[in-house]
Amino acid sequence: MLLKLNVNGQQIEVEAAEGMPLLWVLRDKLKLTGTKYGCGVASCGACTVHVDGVPVRSCVMSPQNLADAEITTIEGLSSRPGRAVQQAWAEHNVVQCGYCQSGQIMSAAGLLAANSSPDVSEIETHMSGNVCRCATYQRIRSAVARAAEILKEESQ
Amino acid sequence: MTATLTRRDFLQGASAAVATALVVGYSPRGTLAAAPNGDGSLTPFVKIGADGQIAVIVKHFEMGQGTTTGLPTLVAEELGVELDEVAVEFAPSDAKLYANLFFGGFQGTGGSTALANSFMQYRNAGAAAREMLLNAAAQAWNVDPSTLDLSNGMISGAGRQAPIAEFVSVASTMEVPAEPQLKSPDTFRLIGNPNTSRRDNEPKITGTAQFAMDVQLPDQLVAVIKRSPRFGGMVASLDSSEASAVPGFVDAVTLPAGNGVVVYAEDTWGALQAREAIAVEWDFALAENRSSDELDSALLAAVNAPPDFVAKEGPGLEETSRLIDNAAQTVEAEFYLPWLCHAPMEPLTCTIEPTADGVRLHDGCQFTTGSHQALAAVLELPMENIEINTVYAGGSFGRRATMSADYTVEAAIAFALSGRSRPVKLVWSREDDLSGGAYRSAFAHKVRVGLDADGRMIAWDHRIAGKPIFKGTLFEQAFVHNGVDHSSVEGVADTLYGIPGQFVGLTDFNSAITVNWWRSVGHSHTAYVMESVMDMAAKASGRDPVAWRLDHLSEGSKDQQRLAGVLRLAAEKSGWDRPPAPGRSRGVAAHKSFSTYAAQVVEISRDASDSVKIEKVTCAVDCGMAVNPDIVKAQIEGGIGYGIGHVMRNEITFENGSVIQSNFPNYQPLRISDIGAIEVHIVDSRESPTGIGEPGLPPSGPALANAIAVDGPRVTRLPMAANGVRFA
Ligand code: FES
Ligand code: FES
Repeated sequence: MLLKLNVNGQQIEVEAAEGMPLLWVLRDKLKLTGTKYGCGVASCGACTVHVDGVPVRSCVMSPQNLADAEITTIEGLSSRPGRAVQQAWAEHNVVQCGYCQSGQIMSAAGLLAANSSPDVSEIETHMSGNVCRCATYQRIRSAVARAAEILKEESQ
Repeated sequence: MTATLTRRDFLQGASAAVATALVVGYSPRGTLAAAPNGDGSLTPFVKIGADGQIAVIVKHFEMGQGTTTGLPTLVAEELGVELDEVAVEFAPSDAKLYANLFFGGFQGTGGSTALANSFMQYRNAGAAAREMLLNAAAQAWNVDPSTLDLSNGMISGAGRQAPIAEFVSVASTMEVPAEPQLKSPDTFRLIGNPNTSRRDNEPKITGTAQFAMDVQLPDQLVAVIKRSPRFGGMVASLDSSEASAVPGFVDAVTLPAGNGVVVYAEDTWGALQAREAIAVEWDFALAENRSSDELDSALLAAVNAPPDFVAKEGPGLEETSRLIDNAAQTVEAEFYLPWLCHAPMEPLTCTIEPTADGVRLHDGCQFTTGSHQALAAVLELPMENIEINTVYAGGSFGRRATMSADYTVEAAIAFALSGRSRPVKLVWSREDDLSGGAYRSAFAHKVRVGLDADGRMIAWDHRIAGKPIFKGTLFEQAFVHNGVDHSSVEGVADTLYGIPGQFVGLTDFNSAITVNWWRSVGHSHTAYVMESVMDMAAKASGRDPVAWRLDHLSEGSKDQQRLAGVLRLAAEKSGWDRPPAPGRSRGVAAHKSFSTYAAQVVEISRDASDSVKIEKVTCAVDCGMAVNPDIVKAQIEGGIGYGIGHVMRNEITFENGSVIQSNFPNYQPLRISDIGAIEVHIVDSRESPTGIGEPGLPPSGPALANAIAVDGPRVTRLPMAANGVRFA
């Protein structure tokens, strides 16, 4: 079926099998491979993208009826919170294998967009849907806090 | 698996390498291009383009352990440039040039050896490149090379200055210097610098890093395999008629060995859907058909029977038993450590692409030589017609390296069956990963310790049962002696503790369930048992657990001193001498693995409902010289998280031979809210660097168990959450 999507600010028409989740449309059809497959059952967060600025698990999201929505993937992340998160990630050397990190960053950027100064328990609650098998959690915790600080510095 | 690289080895290797290398240089665009000899390859590990762009050729894959930062650090240090000035390339498959020096003539990564085996090799490469450039400049300027200096990409001296680019083509025709001058460690700027950034930050933060799962070649087919739900099952019949209705479905073919069906489609989703739609009947006559209760009782029976093999004789089986039977006090426990899956974040995948005269493998390739040989064998191609393009790997923990090259062989068979005309990408789903075997074997340990009237240890009887890794493989000769697979007993039979009268017996457990090394290999179970029993013995003798361990590390060997050193440091940094806050308790463990010494103190709290929360882990580590201290810390943090996560919650269980766990909801990984702060202290050392990817793991589980045992149960059956421990 023909899908109409708005991905990273671009209007796109793409042919995909009915029932194919957004994740596989992004990866296999649009070749936007920054969004990762980790579980396919909304249990790891590797596939996190933003739909209208809100983090969602693309592996269980239907791409139908998204014509009017803005989909943002890691390739198109350019929001202020997004850039702050990326900067903090680099400063804290968060990544190890890196496979979960697109999803971690999309989740963290979504959190900061909604709550610009989360406390530790809010960070943990929001980020607990994102698995990191390399267990970079301690750095994720401090990098999210650092990103909040960067946002604060910028707005001063 | 140890070898020491001498300078002579390096120099011979390097000169031979330059003479025989497929020389690759930089095109002006900065992309790799084949170039005639003498253009830019200063050694197999360093290339400099006509534009002066320096590239370090990294012979180890990157699974997160930091090789793409660590190896370039060594070159940049000796060459005299900044770390961010060098580009990083993964080496092609060429065991003559890029073998792991601890693995014989085999190119591959594992056993926490990447930095250790490369340390002198990459330093020498950087130093040699520096000398060659200086000599070329000296020649051009007709001055003595000792008057010249190289820094920030410029050569200066004798009143002149020019970019290194000007000297590259002359330098690359020079002989590799016989004894390149290495920097003295007290002049290091990059090695040991805690403020270096990872070279893979940028691509991994922007989503541009290419993993094997991200390979998207024009016209590629995606292949998934329907495997027997029970290990050892065979296809009895296949009906793929229903799959024809799945969009993108191409074909379904029974594997030649009869152990599965390969399903092809135009994209990943189509392949997964088509696999659901095909109907396979299985023949389970030769399969593992037991359920977990039967498997567990068989394993426990094995550990309680007289051992098949003796790993450490001590006073002998009977005398050890007699000593313990007559001891004033005995400490006794039976342990069960479950089957575990690696579950790296990126499920297994690789792509085989046809080329003019062979194939190219795209893979986060861990055992490069093994994959290369496997492709040659399955596809009946000469080695030289096969290329390997190594890309980032989304974790491994041991899974991407198997002695059978399992998923590479599957991909090769899928490619061969498809007609070899289109690229074939083999994909494992997470469900495939969890049910696909290559597990850490379940192990049972039975330990009896005898103490005299003064609480001193007099004998230690240790029995182990589990499925060995190396028996029946190509590596059997190297790792199995007198029936004892070293990987089943490491960490027990070679314990650093001065234990009088220690007997270690081993019994192999047989099953069609496949096993493999899992982060820290044998130490993943032996440290749990050793360090739990040490704590139990300390308690029985009325000693403090740290003091008790130090008592048994006091014979003066360097090994013992280094382990005692990290133990003291972890105790000091965790405030061991002060009682923990009310409601909190601490446990300690120390263990040497992969030539690295690690000690940890885990501090837990209990809430009103007795739920345990891990508040803090303090680790001290002695890994020799820490080339990138921040990466050392990250690896230790990761090893602790990985170890603790599995000890808390994970096990693979079976019902009539089928794996029950299917995906993360029932193989719950450690999450951010599960674990508090991890503090890592690195012992300042001038010793050669040793392993760091694995040694953080072994002490983490027993340190947690020992903390829980202070005011709660002694957990001898894992995982904890399934055996009476509630976590907050
Ligand atoms: S792949 Fe979507 S949550 Fe795991
Ligand atoms: S960095 Fe490897 S899974 Fe998170």
